[in-house]
Amino acid sequence: MIQLLQSAIVFGTVILFGALGEILTEKSGSLNLGVPGIMYLGGIAGLASAFAYESSTPDPNPLVCLLLSLVCAFLASMLGGLLFSFLTITLRANQNVTGLTLTIFGGGIANFFGGSLNKLAGGVGQISVAVTSGAYRTNIPALANLGWFGRIFLSHGFMVYLAIIMAIVLHWFLTRTRTGLNLRSIGESPATADAAGINVTRYKYLATCIGAGISGLGGLYYTMDYIKGTWASEGTIEALGWLAVALVIFAVWRPLNALWGSYLFGVLTWLYLYIPGLNRRSLELFRMLPYVVTIIVLIVVSLRRKPENQPPAHLGLPYFREER
Amino acid sequence: MRGITKTFGPVVANHNIDLDIREGEILSLLGENGSGKTTLMNMLSGIYFPDGGQIFLGDREVTIRSPKDAFDLGIGMIHQHFKLVDVLTATENIVLGLKEEGKLNLKAAAEKISAICQRYGFSVDPNQKVYNMSVSQKQTVEIVKVLYRGANVLILDEPTAVLTPQETNRLFDVLRNMRADGKSIVIITHKLHEVMAISDRVAVLRKGEFIGEVATKDTDPQKLTDMMVGRAVSLNIDRPLVEHRPIRLEVKNLTVKSPDGVKALDNVSFTACGGEILGIAGISGSGQKELLEAIAGLQHPLEGSHVIYYPPTSDEPIAGHHVPVDKKGEELLGKDPLQIHKIGVSMAFVPEDRLGMGLVGSMGMIDNMMLKSYREGRGPIADRKAPKVLAEQVRKELEVSTPSLTTPVRRLSGGNVQKVLVGREIASAPTVLMTAYAVRGLDINTSYTIYHLLNEQKAKGVAVIFVGEDLDVLLELCDRILVLCAGKVNGIVDGRNTTKEEVGLLMTNLRKEAQRV
Repeated sequence: MIQLLQSAIVFGTVILFGALGEILTEKSGSLNLGVPGIMYLGGIAGLASAFAYESSTPDPNPLVCLLLSLVCAFLASMLGGLLFSFLTITLRANQNVTGLTLTIFGGGIANFFGGSLNKLAGGVGQISVAVTSGAYRTNIPALANLGWFGRIFLSHGFMVYLAIIMAIVLHWFLTRTRTGLNLRSIGESPATADAAGINVTRYKYLATCIGAGISGLGGLYYTMDYIKGTWASEGTIEALGWLAVALVIFAVWRPLNALWGSYLFGVLTWLYLYIPGLNRRSLELFRMLPYVVTIIVLIVVSLRRKPENQPPAHLGLPYFREER
Repeated sequence: MRGITKTFGPVVANHNIDLDIREGEILSLLGENGSGKTTLMNMLSGIYFPDGGQIFLGDREVTIRSPKDAFDLGIGMIHQHFKLVDVLTATENIVLGLKEEGKLNLKAAAEKISAICQRYGFSVDPNQKVYNMSVSQKQTVEIVKVLYRGANVLILDEPTAVLTPQETNRLFDVLRNMRADGKSIVIITHKLHEVMAISDRVAVLRKGEFIGEVATKDTDPQKLTDMMVGRAVSLNIDRPLVEHRPIRLEVKNLTVKSPDGVKALDNVSFTACGGEILGIAGISGSGQKELLEAIAGLQHPLEGSHVIYYPPTSDEPIAGHHVPVDKKGEELLGKDPLQIHKIGVSMAFVPEDRLGMGLVGSMGMIDNMMLKSYREGRGPIADRKAPKVLAEQVRKELEVSTPSLTTPVRRLSGGNVQKVLVGREIASAPTVLMTAYAVRGLDINTSYTIYHLLNEQKAKGVAVIFVGEDLDVLLELCDRILVLCAGKVNGIVDGRNTTKEEVGLLMTNLRKEAQRV
C-alpha cells in the first residue's frame, strides 16, 4: 500500500509538471498537444547536460549538476514551446497538427540523442550521472523516517515539492494577479483583450514558452529520479505526457485540481500491480483507468454546462485582429 | 472634427465632414444604412485613422491612432457588438487591461464601480458574471467600463437596437444624468422617435456627406426624414405587371423569439403572390432575417404561427417541377429545410452573409453548385456533369469573372460570389424565391443583371420576396412593399403609388394601430 502511494506520487509529479505547463499554455488559448514531445526534450536535455558535465569533470559538484540540468531542461523545452508558438501564433498553423508533430519530433530527437549517449557510455543502461541523479533524489532522512506518513509524503526528492509549490503559485497567479486576469481574458476572447490594450501576441508567446518549460521539467524528473539518470526509449514519457494532457481536462483547467488529480492518476496507473490475479489482458483494462476517468469528467462537465468549467472559449483557434 | 475624409478602396465612406460635439449635450447622428455614421465615429474612437482632416479637442489638435489614444483623450465608444469576456465578472471585465499601479485589488475596483453606478443611476452587480447578464446589463457594463476609464465623450452605436422599450427608457434616464454631469454624448441611431426623445441636436449624414445639423426642438420626424433620404435618384428598373397573381404563400400571426428572449417577429401576417415581387423594407435588424429563415424552416416560431404554401396550378409554366402537395395549401412550419425541399416547396434563399450560409468558401463553383444537387441521382457516386454545365451557364449568363470553375469561391470578389449564389438559387426552378440583400456590395451593372433575373422569375409566375436596403430600388422594383418596424408589420404599401417619405416614416415610426396589434 505504502509502495503504491509512493510510486503514485512519483508518477503523479511527472504528470503534474506536464499538466501545470499545459494549463498555463491553454489559458492563453493555445492548445499545445506537443506535451509528450516537450517532456522528452526536457528529459534528454537534462540528461545530456549532466552527462557532459559529469564525464568532463573528475569531481562533479552536486549543486552545479542540479542547476545545470534543470536550466538545460527548461531551456530545451522552452525551445519546443517557441517552435510551437512561432508556427501557430505567427504563422497561424493549425494547433492540433503542430502539436502532434511536435510530439513526434520531440520523441525522435530525444531517442536519437539518448541512443547516442548510450553508445558514448558504452552500451544500453551504461549512462552514469550518479551525482546528478543522487542530487535529485536527496531527501531529508529525519523526515523520511517519520513512520508511514514520512515514507509516503516526505521521502521524495525536492522536485515533488517544487511541483506542489508551482501548482499553488500558478493558481494564485491566474486568479489573483492582473497579469493572470489578462492572460485568462486572452484565452477567452482575444479580441476583447486586444481592444483593452493587451498585447495578445506577447502574452501568448510567453505563456506557451514558459508553459512548455514547466512541462519539460516533468520529463527531467522522470529521467533523473524515476529511472535514476539513464535513458530508456520504451515510451513511458510519451504515455505520461498524454496523461498530462488528459489531466488538464480532468482538472477543468485549474492548477489545484491538477494537484490532487495527478496523484489520483498516479494511483490509477499503478493499481494493476496491486490487484491479484490479473493476466495480460485484464491488466490492460486497468491501465485504461485514467483515461476512462477523464472521459467521465468530460461527460459530467459537459452535462452541467457551467461556463467556469468549460475550456477557454478561444482554445485552439488562431487570432487575427482584422478578422471579424 | 474638421474636413474628415475616409475612403475604403474606391468607396468614399466619409467626405469632408465637419462635426461639433459640445459639452453637456446629447447629439444624435442620423442617416440611412451605409451613410458613414459608424465610420465617422470609429475615427474618433481610434478604430480607423482618417485619410484627411483634423480632429480638435478643445483648441488642441489631436491624433487618435488607437483605442488607447482615444481613452487617454477621454473618448470612449460603446459598440453594437459588446466586447466582454463571458466567464469573468463585471468588475474583472472593467479593469481588464488597465495599467494601474500596485497589485490587483478587485474590492477597491468594485467600490469605484458602485460609486459610478450610484452617480448616474445604473444598476450593476460588480460580482455578477457576464454570461448571467441580460443584453441590457451587458451594455451597462460596457458603459461603466468607458466611464471607469475616465471618458468625457461617450459614443453609443445604435444602443437601443437590442433593448426592450423599458430598457431603452432606463438607458435614456442614465444618459440624461450623464448630460447633467457635463459629459458629451453622441448617439448613433435610425429611430426618429428616439432622436426626438433624447437628443439636443441632430446631425444628418447621407452617403458619406454631412447634410446639416438642427436643434431637436426646431424639427420634426418629417423634416428629418427629408434630410436623411434626400432627393430620390431616378433609377429605371423595369416593373412589368403580371395579370395572373395567385396567392402562393400565406403567413399568419408569425411570432419568432430571438435567443435573447426578445420578440424578433411579432404577429406578422401577409401574403406573397406568384407573379409579384414583394419588397420587404425596414431598418436593419427589424426582423427581416428571422422572417426569411422562418419561412425557409431555419427558425422555430411560437405556437399559433402559420406559413401556408399553395402550389401552382397545372396550367402555370412553373408547375410540375416538384412533388405535388395539397392543393388547399400545406403548412410549412414544423418541417425542416430538407423536408420543405422534398415535398416540392422550393425556397431559394440568399442569406444576408453570402459566404457564411450560402456557399462553401474553399470549394469551387462546380462543387458549390453540387451542394444543391448531390442528393439527386442514384448510386454512391455524385453526378458531376450536371453541376459543371450549370456552373458554366451561370458563369456565362451572369458574367462571373473567375480564373476557373474550380477556383475556391472565397477568392472571388464579393460581387462575383453573390452572382454565383443568386445564379444557383434561380437555377433550382423555385416557385418562391427569397433574397436578402441580393445586391449588397454589387456595382450598378451587376445589380441590374440581378433585377432583370428577378423580373424574369416573376414573369414566370414565381413569388419573389426581396429584402432590400435601398429604398429607391425597392420603390422601383417591387409590386408591393411590406414595411417591418421592430418585428411588426407596420404597413403594406403599393410599390407604384407610394413615396419614399411614406416608406421611410413607416420604417422608423411604429404606427399606433400596429402597436396595438
